[in-house]
Amino acid sequence: MAKAELKTEQKTEIEDSSSLKGTLASVFFLGLFIVITWVSVYMLFVERF
Amino acid sequence: MINSVSAKVKVDPKDAKVSMAHFYVAFIALALGGLMGLLQVLVRSGKFELPLGIGYYEILTTHGVLMGLILTTFFIMGFQYAAVSKTAGTHSNAARRAGWIGFWLMTIGTLMAAAMILTNKASVLYTFYAPLQAHWIFYLGLTLVVVGSWVDGAAQIMTYAKWRKNNPGKPSPLLTFMAVINTVMWIVATLGVASTVLFQLLPWSLGLVDRVDVLVSRTLFWYFGHPLVYFWLLPAYMAWYVVIPKVIGGKIFSDSLARLTFILFLLFSVPVGFHHQLMEPGIDPAWKFIQVILTFMVVIPSLMTAFSLFATFERYGRSKGAKGLFGWFKVLPWNDARFTVPFIGMVAFIPAGAGGIVNASNQMDQVVHNTIWVTGHFHLTVATAVLLTFLGVSYWLVPHLTGRKLTKSMNKLAIIQGWVWFIGMTFMSVAMHLEGLLGGPRRSSFSTYGNSQQALDWIPYQIAQAVGGSILFIGIILFLIIFINLAFFAPKGEEEFPVGEAENLEEKAPLVFENWKLWLGITAVLILFAYTVPFIDIIQNAPIGSKGFKTW
Amino acid sequence: MHMHKLEKIWLIVGVSCLVLFLTTIGVSAFYLGNKPPSCLTTVDPDKVDQQKPFDKPGLHKVEGKDWDYELVYVAQAFSYNPAQVKVPLGAKVKVIATTKDVIHGFEVAGTNINMMLEPGYVSEYTTTFNKAGEYLVVCNEYCGSGHHLMFSKIEVVKQ
Repeated sequence: MAKAELKTEQKTEIEDSSSLKGTLASVFFLGLFIVITWVSVYMLFVERF
Repeated sequence: MINSVSAKVKVDPKDAKVSMAHFYVAFIALALGGLMGLLQVLVRSGKFELPLGIGYYEILTTHGVLMGLILTTFFIMGFQYAAVSKTAGTHSNAARRAGWIGFWLMTIGTLMAAAMILTNKASVLYTFYAPLQAHWIFYLGLTLVVVGSWVDGAAQIMTYAKWRKNNPGKPSPLLTFMAVINTVMWIVATLGVASTVLFQLLPWSLGLVDRVDVLVSRTLFWYFGHPLVYFWLLPAYMAWYVVIPKVIGGKIFSDSLARLTFILFLLFSVPVGFHHQLMEPGIDPAWKFIQVILTFMVVIPSLMTAFSLFATFERYGRSKGAKGLFGWFKVLPWNDARFTVPFIGMVAFIPAGAGGIVNASNQMDQVVHNTIWVTGHFHLTVATAVLLTFLGVSYWLVPHLTGRKLTKSMNKLAIIQGWVWFIGMTFMSVAMHLEGLLGGPRRSSFSTYGNSQQALDWIPYQIAQAVGGSILFIGIILFLIIFINLAFFAPKGEEEFPVGEAENLEEKAPLVFENWKLWLGITAVLILFAYTVPFIDIIQNAPIGSKGFKTW
Repeated sequence: MHMHKLEKIWLIVGVSCLVLFLTTIGVSAFYLGNKPPSCLTTVDPDKVDQQKPFDKPGLHKVEGKDWDYELVYVAQAFSYNPAQVKVPLGAKVKVIATTKDVIHGFEVAGTNINMMLEPGYVSEYTTTFNKAGEYLVVCNEYCGSGHHLMFSKIEVVKQ
């Protein structure tokens, strides 16, 4: 029983790192959008009196 | 299995009636509020004037109250009532009675407020900032809406408590848990607006007291005003986390993380109201900044949500054999309105969230505060992310409740409705954001401000908003056609109430999540921390109060 | 409770961005002095005209202060006093404003001057008018039926 559990855990871990690359790329894209928006308005703030 | 609810279990017809009653009022509000919105964008384009001496601000008040307060509150209460009935079991007679009492209180309150707005006795916009003084019936009407929503919420809490009693030691059904979190947050938040209305605005509008403390009133309003937007958002998150995975045939990425997200919203939604008051005198800048930090905390659960949703989509896509970094995106069920319409809402939440972080960024708010950028922002949040999700929910929930089916042709029309909304909102919201950066004010009728060059430069954007707003109005008409079909004319049948299952069913949600004393305790501590000192300051340093004004 | 490795990475990156934003605006506000307008002075809203500095609206040169001019506004439904003013280019100005009746906005379009005017409170903002041109002062908080007709003008001129 314990061994079987160990096995499935390893399996999920392998699946863990391999199958969500698209998700990570998507959220990074989202994060980039937030950063660009924020920095643009911050520049506007700095440039205006 | 804790979370597996047989797909065949239907919401009890008696509960369905309660929910449907809420939806009728909600969508009448949408129809009328939408018409008002159309009139506003047309007026502001400068090419159209309101007939019969109708005032722009009367229409603006109607639009804000109907869309921001009535449509949302009625839909949310109807949806959560049904969601609890579906996942925690049919409501008891007592709970159902509470549902009906809540519904009628809210409806009577709505009619009272509406009567005052239509007779031009309350053109104070939906934020009713003192010292603009509306008729007391307007304030009393809004009070009844809030009190009704409490009674409505009590129904959900009663059924949740019953489930907990019958299932000791088990985590409650996810959808019920989420509904209860939102209801509890709503009760905590509405204490603020209830205080200002009951103790300040009602006595003052009745003439019992002469003057009102404006800053105290605004602070209490915004104590409520920001959690209000999370009260709108969380039911959409409920659908995104729990319903959408089932609709696409996938799994909930993580039951526990979904619960954690909702707990974080409960904790951090309320002690953040100052970020709506950043430009105000009378509040210490250090306390403003502390609440800005707390506001940024509430971004974190949304970052978690974004990951969970993409993960659900990717896992599903890969299970269908999708390859490559983004191959999973193509295999999503784009021909299913129950997925596509809320999905457009999710996409809208990306620029909506980005704009929100800008708004909350302390002195950066000087660039956008009370410009039409803000209007563009919340038309992405509540009027797209939230609203399209609510409409997407209606496309299966209404036929589920009425014992009918979403036909292929209605499904197609619903998808068109979603894309029409997307196009209209892109025009309107982008134009609003850009005009706002140029300084164009929100909540204003058409004006060239004495032919100021700056104001003339805003007009093209206002025309773009009129184009977008007109397209959006078509979107509302399409929705109403579908709604009437699903409520009265669609063929009889069984429409599923999709409730997703978690990917990993062995991983039980920690029971600490249901420890209300703990979470309410932390919520209270955070609120007291964020508000006690500045609130005492505001009261101690208050100038003489303000008399009432009717300037409309 | 299990969290996916990639989600941890995302949260670390995301939260770091938020911390970076907060640090940037925090340093700008409290070290460089760019705090949002948060004046704590009060005034009797019924007697605005009799109280300094609102008894003399308009632009005044001042000596011995960190700023060169004080620009005083009194707002009421639906106008600002003064309705037009000329400010020399490059002048460091403290804008001081209040309202005699309901809440008004005070936004100089295209600049960072943007503050709420609330009865009983004085709103202040100090800045250097370093770009020439005509600027529209617009009321950006709803104040009644003539809200959209409420404006003033500032001309920043070379001397």
